[in-house]
Amino acid sequence: MSRQPLHYIPTTGFRERSKAVVEDDFLQKSFRGAMDFLMAKRAAQFPDGNEFESLRRLGEQIRRNSLDKLPALLTQLEANLVRNGIQVHWAETPEEANRIILAICEKHGAKRMVKGKSMVSEEIEFNHAAEAAGVEAIETDMGEYILQLAGEKPSHIIMPAIHKTKAQIARLFEEKIPGVAYTEDVDALIQIGRRVLRQKFLEADIGLSGVNFAVAETGTLCLVENEGNGRLSTTVPKVHVAITGIEKVIEKLEHVPPLLSLLTRSATGQNITTYFNIISRPRQPGEKDGPEEVHLVLLDNGRTQPFADEELRQTLQCIRCGACMNHCPVYTHIGGHAYGTTYPGPIGEIISPHLLGLEATAALPSASSLCGACGDVCPVNIPIPDLLVRLRTEVYSEPCPDARLKGQGAGYSPWMTAIWRAWAAIYGHPALYRVYSWLASRLNWLTPARQAGWTSVRTPLTPAPRRLRDLLKEKR
Amino acid sequence: MEPRQAPGRPTDVYFFATCVIDQFYPEAGLDAIRLLEREGVTVHFPADQTCCGQPAYTSGFHAEARQVARRQLDLFPEPWPVVVPSGSCAGMMKHHYPSFFAGEPEARKQAEALSGRIYEFTEFLVHVLGYEPKDASGPTKVVLHTSCSARREMGAHVTGRALLDKLDGVTVAQQDHEAECCGFGGTFALRHPEISAAMVRDKVAALKATGAEKVVSADCGCLMNILGHAAWQDRQEGRRQLSLPGEHIASFLLKRTGGSR
Ligand code: SF4
Repeated sequence: MSRQPLHYIPTTGFRERSKAVVEDDFLQKSFRGAMDFLMAKRAAQFPDGNEFESLRRLGEQIRRNSLDKLPALLTQLEANLVRNGIQVHWAETPEEANRIILAICEKHGAKRMVKGKSMVSEEIEFNHAAEAAGVEAIETDMGEYILQLAGEKPSHIIMPAIHKTKAQIARLFEEKIPGVAYTEDVDALIQIGRRVLRQKFLEADIGLSGVNFAVAETGTLCLVENEGNGRLSTTVPKVHVAITGIEKVIEKLEHVPPLLSLLTRSATGQNITTYFNIISRPRQPGEKDGPEEVHLVLLDNGRTQPFADEELRQTLQCIRCGACMNHCPVYTHIGGHAYGTTYPGPIGEIISPHLLGLEATAALPSASSLCGACGDVCPVNIPIPDLLVRLRTEVYSEPCPDARLKGQGAGYSPWMTAIWRAWAAIYGHPALYRVYSWLASRLNWLTPARQAGWTSVRTPLTPAPRRLRDLLKEKR
Repeated sequence: MEPRQAPGRPTDVYFFATCVIDQFYPEAGLDAIRLLEREGVTVHFPADQTCCGQPAYTSGFHAEARQVARRQLDLFPEPWPVVVPSGSCAGMMKHHYPSFFAGEPEARKQAEALSGRIYEFTEFLVHVLGYEPKDASGPTKVVLHTSCSARREMGAHVTGRALLDKLDGVTVAQQDHEAECCGFGGTFALRHPEISAAMVRDKVAALKATGAEKVVSADCGCLMNILGHAAWQDRQEGRRQLSLPGEHIASFLLKRTGGSR
């Protein structure tokens, strides 16, 4: 089942890419400023720690409950969607998902597509597949539109173009949109984007969107957004295709309000977003608007792997709010592109190994100081640091033929394992430890002055000439 | 975090020094013991202690971590509190040991019993001893850095701060991004040296910007990282004097309050 990533930035260059970013003063300042802003907005939404705790316990329970019943809920969702007149498609791989969507385009002779923001469509790299099939797929979320003009991928799951400056966007618009003069006025830039996109909405013959929650008991698709482009993409063209991961299903409509509140407050620090779309069926006879046909594509792409493991299943609780990246000191220092995956930051580190396999993502589980900031703010209480530790055990252990995770053992090194075994032998035997630590302290002048990784920016680590146990003896 | 009180004022405690303090910061351990003794507590140092196992645990080498952790379970036979002068090691023993031995009923029982007796050093001073330090030195300004696991698992930022606030002559400076990680993270600093370097660079800059005379911390892992980087900067820039000295909060408290006797 191993699959070549499509156009993904190869994850093997993680270290080089992150190095380039941390050495760029300008990027360091701009990421820091952006994350400070987002953290402050979120903090203002949760002035009461107890309220946050109880709400997130509820969010966690709802998501856990949905995952525990996942197969049954998916069946129920499908039945209710079909009853509502929404067509359901199942895709195991990105290729399959792309084929399904393009087949729908073909059936309708659709050549012009407007897209609402969808990270799953990024995950399957739909835009490349569309281009190859001669379908013009236009991103209509302002951030995504900017990136499409620039030929880049999102660097954040909520604010996809957060790495771009005003000046860069001004230059891009001037270059790529005919008749546009250079301006750094944000309102003017937005107006320019809107003008272009309005026209695209009118011409489009198909719309694509993501889904935030798919409600099983009613067969309802919920879409959260701020720009109105989601509403236009899902209502103006005569065909609407929604795509989402199989984990986005929730059991009941009454589960939406708490999750929605957690999502908008955690993501953008908003009480509620400007738009909240509830899609329940295609246009009915006599109705004046809405698409004539609605489809939902449910994508697996490796999600069944964490689902099958009780601990790793918690990864799928995620509601994609992005708070973990905003609060992550690693993300703040390296930005989203360094990760080389569709989902960056802490959530990217725990989900990408399942989507892409551990060979392609071997560097990610260790790219965390385990400071715990992500787990603290996660609105559905995913123990991200614990899951990172678990994935480390999977990456570094000796490859084993009946491994449950794709790419288990990808980071295995006999040498590294031998070092840890030696460490355990010493620290697991007090007598050996006494000899070892005595030698290390008495021979501390032998400590190398260059210690890989450490001394590039620090003075060497040197054992003290007397250990605490020696000092205690002298004291008595 | 709910403060825990030990039943009554203990006369005896165990001291689990941690491998970092035993080998790299022995003075900090000694000062912590002196302070406890000055407060009338008899301190027992089990000679067979080595390391809580955290380095291997967070690195993903769990069989090795368990092998080492298991040896620490037998060190504390009396029902005394176990004082740990490092928040992350205390967190490991208190929060991770029980589930770590989930598959071994005997060890698990031991780990659970031990977990309830683990106290981070400043937590023990504040909540168990009700320690009221009397400042005996002149005015100074310091800045407090709390390790991430000490903050999240032990609430040590509150207790550390409470102790410093009781010292009349001490002003505690407020650094930017106080709760942000210093970039140590055990083997993280070795596996991702460039990212770790960027994090400690920002941390040291924020600490220095306060104009504090020194940084005080209850976690020697962070101190190794922060002080190591500050000293490296001094060396790069040809300074003879340390631009950011620092020490364990035990040493600082002991000195401010008139030494061991
Ligand atoms: S892991 Fe948690 S914090 Fe991160 S995006 Fe998902 S829900 Fe948000």
